[in-house]
Amino acid sequence: MKHARLVWKNLTRNKRRSTLTILSVGVALFLFAALQSVLTALDATSEVGSESRLITRNATGIVFPLPEAYTQRLRSVDGVEAVSWANWFGGTYIDSRNYFAQFAVDEGTFFSMYPEVQIDPAQLEAFNGEKSGAIVGQGLMERFGWSLGQTIVLQGTIFPGDWEFVIRGVYEPDNPSFGDENMYFHYDYLFENSGEAATPGWFIVRPSDPNLATEVAARIDGSFENSSDPTKTETEKAFQAGFVTMWGNVGFLVRAIGTAVFFAILLVAANTMMMSSRERVNEVAVLKTLGYRDGLLSRLVVAESLAISVVGGVIGLAAASVMLRNNEMLGSILPGYTVLPSTMLQGLAIAIVLGLISGLVPARQAARLSVVDALRRVA
Amino acid sequence: MKIPILYNLRSLRARPTATLTTALGMALVVAVFIGMMALSIGFQAALVETGSTENILVLRRGADSELSSGINRDVANAISALPFVAKDSDGEPLISPETFVVVGLERRNGGMANVVIRGVSPKAFDVRNGIRITKGRTFRPGSGEIIVGETLVKRIPNTEIGESLRFAGRDWEVVGHFAAGGSSFESEVWGENELFMPVFRGEVFQTIALRMEDPSAFEGVVETLEADPRLAVDAQLEREFYANQGTLLGDLLRFLAVFIAGVMAIGAVFGAVNTMYSAVDSRAPEIGVLLALGFKPRSVLASFVVESMLIALLGGLIGCLIALPINGLVTSTTNWNSFSEVAFAFRVTPPLLLAGIVFALVMGVIGGFLPARRAAKRPVVEALREVGS
Amino acid sequence: MALVELRDLTKRYQTEAEVISVLENVDLDIEAGEYLSLMGPSGSGKSTLLNLMAGLDQPDSGTITIDGSEITSLGPNRLADWRANHVGFVFQFYNLLPVLTAFQNVELPLLLTNLSKDERRERVEVALNVVSLSDRMEHYPRQLSGGQEQRVGIARAIVSDPVMILADEPTGDLDAASAEEILSLIERLNSEFNKTVLMVTHDQHAAGRAHRMMYLEKGVLHQ
Repeated sequence: MKHARLVWKNLTRNKRRSTLTILSVGVALFLFAALQSVLTALDATSEVGSESRLITRNATGIVFPLPEAYTQRLRSVDGVEAVSWANWFGGTYIDSRNYFAQFAVDEGTFFSMYPEVQIDPAQLEAFNGEKSGAIVGQGLMERFGWSLGQTIVLQGTIFPGDWEFVIRGVYEPDNPSFGDENMYFHYDYLFENSGEAATPGWFIVRPSDPNLATEVAARIDGSFENSSDPTKTETEKAFQAGFVTMWGNVGFLVRAIGTAVFFAILLVAANTMMMSSRERVNEVAVLKTLGYRDGLLSRLVVAESLAISVVGGVIGLAAASVMLRNNEMLGSILPGYTVLPSTMLQGLAIAIVLGLISGLVPARQAARLSVVDALRRVA
Repeated sequence: MKIPILYNLRSLRARPTATLTTALGMALVVAVFIGMMALSIGFQAALVETGSTENILVLRRGADSELSSGINRDVANAISALPFVAKDSDGEPLISPETFVVVGLERRNGGMANVVIRGVSPKAFDVRNGIRITKGRTFRPGSGEIIVGETLVKRIPNTEIGESLRFAGRDWEVVGHFAAGGSSFESEVWGENELFMPVFRGEVFQTIALRMEDPSAFEGVVETLEADPRLAVDAQLEREFYANQGTLLGDLLRFLAVFIAGVMAIGAVFGAVNTMYSAVDSRAPEIGVLLALGFKPRSVLASFVVESMLIALLGGLIGCLIALPINGLVTSTTNWNSFSEVAFAFRVTPPLLLAGIVFALVMGVIGGFLPARRAAKRPVVEALREVGS
Repeated sequence: MALVELRDLTKRYQTEAEVISVLENVDLDIEAGEYLSLMGPSGSGKSTLLNLMAGLDQPDSGTITIDGSEITSLGPNRLADWRANHVGFVFQFYNLLPVLTAFQNVELPLLLTNLSKDERRERVEVALNVVSLSDRMEHYPRQLSGGQEQRVGIARAIVSDPVMILADEPTGDLDAASAEEILSLIERLNSEFNKTVLMVTHDQHAAGRAHRMMYLEKGVLHQ
């Protein structure tokens, strides 16, 4: 610590160079945090699905509906406590770029299955009393500037025509990864006006004992095995995880980019350290004549490179945390996108490694410097 | 430019480590930029390839993808009788009413893929563009046989000739593989429309693809089809339809490419600034001499900006070399519009490589400007005073 | 009219502690073809006088007129042009660009002109001939001895045929034998090629080779 002044003097000797290098490292760690958070958010969306809720869908594919009659049969399966159902609407609000999820649900049973969806009881009542009523997430209200009681029109794609809905309630999720940009409306409203037979897109099942969820799932599928529409039942968590894999090999892409970023900035930091050390040959030589040891001098170099990369890393991570947390745009593509403490810690570790590697060569050079050769250059 | 570039080139060579590390940093930025843009271009290319400019695609009015559409037989028959539909050598209308579903199949390396199962009419091979059987043969009508797109074979098990894929409660024998010019059809399973209908969604088609007698008159064809209230359909040039299917994801990928590469570039530019400042400082006597000899300050400025650009050019070239091998690499993702998995290849195009070089040169100019200005503004007397130190 | 006329030239430097008077109301006339030497204690402003005459620095007051042009009133760009055509500078530490060959270093001033490549080559070869270094044209500075480097420096100073040569301690970094070579060369430039030479030096012996010796102390020029 008594040598801290030397390290500090070296850092501030060329403030511009130190600052630019610190900022470079900051930029790299910012990117790291942003990219890594994509991965953590994807993981989180699959966490959100409760392990004690089951999703039963058509075994052939999610796009195929199931017969309404299955409702009773599901209720009679051993271990099933409650059953609800929903259908995907897939409408367009003005422009296809204004994408958000819309579900036709059975109001009597759906919301009790999903305690995460928190609604004011008065609003829920108003919703129940109105056929074309809709409950939308707080995020949608902000995104489109809607107000309670407003009528919105969606163009149906699967169910053609223009559909009017009246916003009767706003929900907030108790878990950000659940997403606050969903819309729920009445299942009956959909099928009374679509001219098609009512068919649930999927069922939501609550087992009486959450620990037996997997057994109940197997039992359900077993009982429908030989029916016209066999089912596939899994925990909601597994169901969500399946969606995540649909993105493709995001993990690989993110890691590839992350690696490139790391090496690019490592080069910048290493270059800085080498430029600095080249200019200080004389001083290192003089210190050695005063009795400073090789080992100490090389440690001072490493301390300097660590200082640069850690300060830069902290700045970059802090910036990421501030800018990317609760970011609206990112939150609508990836609900629950945020910079986790674990990400910050990983980032810090990376900054430390960066500092160590970039200081390596100059540190060795300082240790091995021959005083005689160096001082000859001075005179 | 009065000061010879040779001076800059030799000066760069005299400090190889600094030059190379700075160039490599920029190379990585360019490589990431090219790689991500190649991803976006490849994805959209696969979709654009899918559609022909000679065909019209008909969906139910309001449907935004083949998946959500439903057209009944009467409408299909009515359309096939219309005059603008081209005829084949036997005088039969070149029209393919098709069923379209997305089915969950397991991937070879785990996870689920949403695969398109398309029920086509025998005419599909003449109507849809560039379909050719690469292995085995096409399915026989009434047989329950299926053919599998080439890129799908690698990713989904049970798709070799003679094997059977299981979906919708029964097995379907694979009798052939087909290629489709790199389009999204190559990620699909094809079978007979009539056989798929009862199994899947009943007596409705999802799409009708028809070849136009006169492709140049497609606007009129679209108008006619959409104006008829009995049909209640949306019609679009096939190529446009598939190109639009990729907008959401394509735009996102492009945005990410620019954003990530842009942020990385900031870091790399800072590195270049440091390198150039160091060069300017250590060459103060040389700069003093040049100014003393009568070279104008702006020539000195230009010279150092050029030197920075030379480093950047080197970085850009290396970056292009790093990114080139990605070309042709196949990956897949789910297209949100159609909810189906699409396989596509990274596409590194010459314009993209050029864009990468330009990107690098811009980094060079920005990075070199301030240090170059410092070089040009330094009073000659000061510069010369640093002689011999 | 003299080739060089300095009138009432004053230059002062401001340090943190005090104001140092480097030149105080200096008057000087130099006729064309003269060979002058300037001596004085270290830091006495000898180099400053050279810099002022080369247009590299501006005086606080007074005028400098060279070959009819009052250079003190010219802007930096015009000065640069003027300098390229009128002045040849020889430095104590040679100041050759290390990454260029001897030939290329000598060619540098000519790049500011409109001469063709062949015309430039001709003049460079002539200049290198004058300094007797024709056989080392393609060598880099690090491959030359101190004396040879300085000769390249002199070749560069004369290649654009300037009216005046300003030499700042040209032998300061050389051993006796090389210093002698350089001094003879400078004498030749003056006697054979009629160049006006002003040489700053702290070497008494070198100073004595000039036609006229001057002494600068505490801002005052003694002639």
